[in-house]
Amino acid sequence: MNRQSIAETEKEIVEEFELFDDPVNKYEYLIDIGHQLPEMPQDLKTDANIIDGCTSRVWISAVLKDQRVYYQADSNTVITKGIIALLLRVLNGRKPAEIIDAQLDFLQKINMHNLLSEQRSNGLQSMIRRIKREAQKFIIA
Amino acid sequence: MKTQAGNNKIKSTQIQTIHPAEIRKEFPILNTQVNGKPLIYFDNAATTQKPKVVIDSITNYYRNQNANIHRGLHELSDRATQQYEQARKKTADFIHAKEKAEINFLRGTTEAINLVASAWGNQFLQQGDEIMISQMEHHSNIVPWYRICKSKGCRLKIIPLNDVGELNMETFASLLNAKTKLVSVAYISNALGLINPIQKIIDIAHQAGALVMLDAAQAVQHTKIDVQSLDCDFLAFSGHKMYAPTGIGVLYAKRAILESMQPYQSGGEMIDKVGFDEVTYNELPYKFEAGTPNICGAIALGTAIDFIQDTGMDNIQRYEHELITYASDALKTIKGLRIYGENAKNAPVISFNIEGLHHYDIGSLLNQYGIAIRTGHHCTQPLMDFFGISGTCRASFAFYNTKEEIDRMIQALNHIIKMLTK
Ligand SMILES: Cc1ncc(COP(=O)(O)O)c(C=O)c1O
Repeated sequence: MNRQSIAETEKEIVEEFELFDDPVNKYEYLIDIGHQLPEMPQDLKTDANIIDGCTSRVWISAVLKDQRVYYQADSNTVITKGIIALLLRVLNGRKPAEIIDAQLDFLQKINMHNLLSEQRSNGLQSMIRRIKREAQKFIIA
Repeated sequence: MKTQAGNNKIKSTQIQTIHPAEIRKEFPILNTQVNGKPLIYFDNAATTQKPKVVIDSITNYYRNQNANIHRGLHELSDRATQQYEQARKKTADFIHAKEKAEINFLRGTTEAINLVASAWGNQFLQQGDEIMISQMEHHSNIVPWYRICKSKGCRLKIIPLNDVGELNMETFASLLNAKTKLVSVAYISNALGLINPIQKIIDIAHQAGALVMLDAAQAVQHTKIDVQSLDCDFLAFSGHKMYAPTGIGVLYAKRAILESMQPYQSGGEMIDKVGFDEVTYNELPYKFEAGTPNICGAIALGTAIDFIQDTGMDNIQRYEHELITYASDALKTIKGLRIYGENAKNAPVISFNIEGLHHYDIGSLLNQYGIAIRTGHHCTQPLMDFFGISGTCRASFAFYNTKEEIDRMIQALNHIIKMLTK
């Protein structure tokens, strides 16, 4: 269970990334985080779980346990896996309403050039929309 | 053949070897820093950077010459018209067209192909006719043909590739028949850098009675083109890939063909007499240049041509060949790296993937080192399907690039591989 608030976890991530001056090292760190993303079971990698609008392939699925949302996700590119891992670190184990309200601007704040590039940030927006949509489903149900 | 600007900047036409340090001084943008590191620009097949003379020509035009052309009797209009028409003459000489009336200034390669597919296609294609393109074409040499074939009930036939990705010439010959009206192929593939045997294609197609269009978007900046000796019927290219600005490009076509064609767009410039009951069209090349054209772009294209001529296409070609050979040898030292479509005759464009890694990760990380390459399908999805991949990493060079830059890319790649496979 998550003790920190979403905002606190976001802040923590921003601070971690601030330790690096060189963008190469930031990426190296992001890639390490991506490599640690728990493996998504193959049978969850269905077409229905693919997020449209990303340059790389991204799958996501969510379950509700004890009123809290747990996501599993994967991507065919390592950098995207890193981004997913960060998002899940912030959001996994939260209540659906918290997820829907989350700001999630830490990715802008860590100021990695490519995350903000036009193509990338469109993909990122699709990812965040989908994550929130999954949480929304649990509220209606 | 030399302009004033050209004379000032590059002194000798006799340069035998390219001195990149000297050339680089002509391109201000090459001093840019990216992610705290000096820019290494290896995305020249997408668009080249612009030399000072071209940038100056653009500012000079708007500072001192701007006026609409072919219209005013006043001095400025006259000067702009002269410069514009002089650029047309330079362009005609550059590809050795018989006359400048065969040069139509358009927006770029895409518009040129669309013009032919639409204006020529609508007029001359009958149901059941065939158009032939190849599996390696850029989308802009696929979609216009796909559309005109759809609307006219024609068949779009595809020249297949052999194992290494070259055009299969035997199959090409066997696909041709009396119904084939036009063959449109890339002179040089943008995704692979392969130089296609276009002379053979033209000869074989002509024997079968088909016209030939060349997509020269990746060729004009790397190799001498002589449309008369090639005997191609249409040829298209974009200024921005040959050191000129965006928004200016060229359609060359033989006079007789242009004369037989109806206009593509209509409006000012392209008319002779306009009444509500009858309109007669202007003579070539104005017939295909409706509206106010990209005057400044055309003039700057003329300057870019001077720049290339002053440097010498032979010199450029020799140096770029050195670069691509060096890059290819260096890339091959990387374990698990596969080069696509490599043969002995490659333009300075190289496409590769590294086993187990995604081109997207590689491109994003190279960017962190200040290195600009292109990743993805390069607007050639059918070609990617042929190789069974979603895309490649493509490094493409210009004569301002250096072996040291290639070394730095290799170092970065080795570091990136370690990072990604940890
Ligand atoms: C082979 C080829 N054909 C056509 C095009 C389209 O050129 P433009 O976008 O300048 O019209 C390109 C440019 O990407 C190209 O490389």
